[in-house]
Amino acid sequence: MIEWFAWVQLAVAVTAGLLCLVLGFAGRVPSDLTLGALAVVELLILVQIVIAIAAPAFGNSPTGSALEFWVYLVSAALLPPAAAFWALLERNRWSTVVLGVAALSVGVMVYRMLQIWTVQSV
Amino acid sequence: MESLQSAPPETRTPTTMSGIGRVLVAVYGVLALAALGRSFVQIVSKYEEAPLAYALSALAAVVYVVATIALVRPGVVWYRVAWATIAFEFTGVIVVGTLSIVDPALFPHDTVWSWFGRGYLFIPLVLPVLGMWWLAKHRPTAGAE
Repeated sequence: MIEWFAWVQLAVAVTAGLLCLVLGFAGRVPSDLTLGALAVVELLILVQIVIAIAAPAFGNSPTGSALEFWVYLVSAALLPPAAAFWALLERNRWSTVVLGVAALSVGVMVYRMLQIWTVQSV
Repeated sequence: MESLQSAPPETRTPTTMSGIGRVLVAVYGVLALAALGRSFVQIVSKYEEAPLAYALSALAAVVYVVATIALVRPGVVWYRVAWATIAFEFTGVIVVGTLSIVDPALFPHDTVWSWFGRGYLFIPLVLPVLGMWWLAKHRPTAGAE
């Protein structure tokens, strides 16, 4: 895990999450903007997966449980597509809120992943 | 339940969950996923350290999954399953949460319910209450919603 990238990812996920929550509570249906925000969150997770596969080869290994790290990473990767799929099935304001919940959950998971990678067993 | 006579299953409203209920389901789904993932890790990597706590985590995780499914599925049967699972969760979080504070030695290792779900932003404590409120307001009657 590259620390600054994780922080960027966390910031993007939280921003996207808050954006979707605000727009959802304001009554907006899922739009290109909110779905796009989730797409960015998902893209960063995919990049994170690549980084997590490659990093140990460069001497950057998790201090904590690699298994736990990967369970979080895979779970996080599943959330945005699931939320987006659901948003397309039934387009109403609450779908936008669900997008926000998914993005914020990704944020929490990224933070946990960062902890596992950097400080869990230091 | 009177709706059993008044509505054959086919004519019942197709989605128990629409509107704000979707958000509830989404949060339940995330919690189910998180609990399942964590319990999988605990059992695979360190089950022997605390069999009781980790078995409880696994049970809780499975119940969250069932509750999520039950909330989404239409019909009276799933409605009752939702009540049962959510009531189980609420009991669990209250009992285990209280015990973990009163007598920490009982639960030296974290479960999803320890300290009323502190490790999960207290979502396990709040969610069953919201779930039961939602269920009480949305009985599966014919033509409802």
